[in-house]
Amino acid sequence: MSVKEATKVAPAPVSAAAFESPGAKKKRNRSWDEVPRWQIYLPLSIYLVFTLIPFYWILLFSLRPAGSTSLVPWPMTFDHFEKVWTERSFGTYFQNSVLVGVVTLLMTTLVALAGGYALARFNFKVKRAFMLALLCSQFVPGALLLVPLFEIFAELQMINSLGSVIIAETVFQLPLSMILISNFIKNVPYSLEEAAWVDGCNRMTAFRIVVLPLLRPGLIAVGSFAFVHSWNHFLFALMFLNNQEKQTIPVGLNTLMGADSVDLGALAAGGIIAAVPVVIVFAFIQKWLITGFSAGAVKG
Amino acid sequence: MAQAAAVAKPPTPPRRRRASATPRRLPYLLIAPAALLMLGFIAYPVISVFYYSLQEYNPTKPWRNGFAGFDNFVHAFTDDPLFWDTLVFSAKWVFVEVGLQLLFGLALALIVNQTFAGRALGRALVFSPWAVSGVLTSAIWVLLYNSQTGITRYLADVGIGSYGTSWLSDTSTVFSAAVVADLWRGVPFFAILILADLQSVSKDLYEAAEVDGASRIKQFWHITLPHLKDAIVLSTLLRAVWEFNNVDLLYTLTGGGPAGVTTTLPLYIANTSVDAHNFGYASALTTVAFVILLFCSIVYLRLSKFGGEDK
Repeated sequence: MSVKEATKVAPAPVSAAAFESPGAKKKRNRSWDEVPRWQIYLPLSIYLVFTLIPFYWILLFSLRPAGSTSLVPWPMTFDHFEKVWTERSFGTYFQNSVLVGVVTLLMTTLVALAGGYALARFNFKVKRAFMLALLCSQFVPGALLLVPLFEIFAELQMINSLGSVIIAETVFQLPLSMILISNFIKNVPYSLEEAAWVDGCNRMTAFRIVVLPLLRPGLIAVGSFAFVHSWNHFLFALMFLNNQEKQTIPVGLNTLMGADSVDLGALAAGGIIAAVPVVIVFAFIQKWLITGFSAGAVKG
Repeated sequence: MAQAAAVAKPPTPPRRRRASATPRRLPYLLIAPAALLMLGFIAYPVISVFYYSLQEYNPTKPWRNGFAGFDNFVHAFTDDPLFWDTLVFSAKWVFVEVGLQLLFGLALALIVNQTFAGRALGRALVFSPWAVSGVLTSAIWVLLYNSQTGITRYLADVGIGSYGTSWLSDTSTVFSAAVVADLWRGVPFFAILILADLQSVSKDLYEAAEVDGASRIKQFWHITLPHLKDAIVLSTLLRAVWEFNNVDLLYTLTGGGPAGVTTTLPLYIANTSVDAHNFGYASALTTVAFVILLFCSIVYLRLSKFGGEDK
């Protein structure tokens, strides 16, 4: 749409903006001469229907009594949640998943932070080779390494221990996390650190005081990625944890789906339990995600 | 000491700085944990896959174990129709999924990049399936596709589909059904990455184009798309590799069925190694999958002139 058309549609704000500062005018102008409203709201609403109906459907099944076919969750019942949490051991799965997610988050962020700093700030002999290895590892599918990984963990006596899943998740998160973090660090001017050295800080203190606070959006993005990934990931837990006491939520969900006659209410309630933590994390990090990514992700 | 060094060379590039606070071993110490983890749990397993691919190796039939040369590979290429079927299905799956996800993701990113009332909420809702796991996606769509109580029953009421059979158990509908389920979760990935990259398009370019009377469609083709090119190339590549390798969704949603029509190569490999215990053959198939992925990636990057000067 041209500028002329836009002023026809909305003359008032443009002329009002003319009295404001030039910066304000520019901004105001853009928002009005852009796209007609319906071209935004119509496709967005259609897509939202597609996105939200599945969420509504699972919520509906988790809250309405078994056997009901009503399309609103009324009368409401929490029986499915109680049943899944106790009888189907989702309480235990939940604890295990939280443990795996939090430890993976901490390990990934710490190891990637150290490596990312080295990649961003130093030139050393094996740096190119190391970067190449990081990129190549993106093509290595964890799913296809199940057998050798299983043998390694069996050798280490770690089958049936959450440690095996934590290590596997961390390792496959590391390459991308490290590339991202090193890009974030490159965006922090080196002169800031140097200034801190001049003021008498050693490298560690300078990093902690000057660089770390500026990395916050990036670290939040990377850390939450690691958490959500390990929370959601399924195959390692399925393979390395045979003991029901040790299993995680996705494995529990898979078991519910695999049952001969699927209890849809229980499946839906289990799904909601699986979704709640990631939804909370997601709501919390959403604004960091865009800034974090645009700071250094896709463009190396 | 550090101060002296720092003062002496004001604007030097990082590499030349050898402040005494920086022992030469520091970078190696810093990458050591990451390097060790990756050596032990990525490099070593990869090498052992290559090794097993040349072996007859089946723990349930130990008397036949031993060096097999290229027998496994020969068998795959000449004597295993399942290998070809699953490879073709994988290619189809990746192509359709990545193509549609990119298309919808790009459109969504352009929409939520506009200024409009309720944008923050709109973004949050549109992106929300991104955080949902493959298994949970399956759980949700199993509910939706259930022939008695699913949404498909209501669609049948208005003439779409038929009563009685689930879309997931009919060989003619299962592909579209699985594609839609995976799209639901995959589109936000592209939308988020593209939206992030859109933040760095200079607003001046659009203003200049507007002054020159360029239409919005022209602005998209000549400003937005060239700017997004590298991001699109990289994210489609990463996503294609990911879609190829990921087995969570199909494993739990269809289990590769009905009648094996949704079995991807990785699913077939998993079945071969986990259920049939044929580790040697599974390793050979894994090696073939590696080579195919690597080859396709290189060709793709070459063809798309990734990082070229033409942007």
